[in-house]
Amino acid sequence: MTAMTATTEAAIQLNGESRALAPDTSAADLVEQLGLGGQRIAVEINEEIVPRSRLAETPLADGDQVEIVHAIGGG
Amino acid sequence: MTSHPDTPLTVAGREFDSRLLIGTGKYRDFAQAGAAIRESEANIVTFAVRRTHLGEAAGEPGLLDTVSPEHYTLLPNTAGCYSAKDAVRTCRLARELLDGHSLVKLEVLGDENTLYPNVTETLKAAQTLLDDGFDVMVYTSDDPIVARELEAMGCAAIMPLGSLIGSGQGIQNPYNVRLIVEQSRVPVLVDAGIGTASDAAMAMELGCDGVLLNSAIAHADDPVRMARAMQQAVRAGRNAFIAGRMPRRQSASPSSPLAGRING
Repeated sequence: MTAMTATTEAAIQLNGESRALAPDTSAADLVEQLGLGGQRIAVEINEEIVPRSRLAETPLADGDQVEIVHAIGGG
Repeated sequence: MTSHPDTPLTVAGREFDSRLLIGTGKYRDFAQAGAAIRESEANIVTFAVRRTHLGEAAGEPGLLDTVSPEHYTLLPNTAGCYSAKDAVRTCRLARELLDGHSLVKLEVLGDENTLYPNVTETLKAAQTLLDDGFDVMVYTSDDPIVARELEAMGCAAIMPLGSLIGSGQGIQNPYNVRLIVEQSRVPVLVDAGIGTASDAAMAMELGCDGVLLNSAIAHADDPVRMARAMQQAVRAGRNAFIAGRMPRRQSASPSSPLAGRING
């Protein structure tokens, strides 16, 4: 995992929608900002799973494709 | 009364008392889903993986607050995936969601009209998932050759369709389901097409190890009562299969003795 070096605003794709992030936003910060802290969710960045334990140390960079999913009813 | 205990359903080394597996879609609300699932006595409950709501709905109670991993074996499914790649991504997300849980229901669909399984993509996805340590219960067509291939790859259970997903048309090709049951050493479960209790009983009478259904309960006028009916049908069908049905005859055979009739 690389150290956080980004200092400029990052534009990411979050669940298919564009979103601007403050500089140095980590994946954990994003989850908190969305009100999803403590929820049973899973996060994928650029098609790679980011384990919950690593969200805090994972910086988000310009152009990242982020998916945050949860369980819903289905058969 | 003497009880005749059945062997448990064993999938990927795990044992389950119930042979009825339930989906969680299409219910009016979580409360109705929870009540129907309890009534069904299912142990294994399947769910879908989707993007979280962003905005005001974030943080509201979710499915897993109703159907908790402490009480049920949760079976994430790949419903809505039309490629091996999407199905594999979904399973990996589900594994993270459930803290390393390896049991998944793989389904890769062919088109939106039929929701028929895309067997080529299903085989590809199954191989990738098995290589990655997943236990794969696989939704597939009722083709015994494909079923055999999926078993040989190492899938934990083969789940042929009875008829199209959500159609409620029952088991359209019982002969193929029977062929798959006879050749398989892993559990075979009919997944999709069950419309009412007799369909579920038929699957079990054909020798299936279990039944997975969703719409038949969720779209019944009274889902909780239908959940009970399905639980009873699966047990009845299973008992009938184990008991061994009488042979079919071309002619009648009286049930009462001929000797001693007053007109004799």
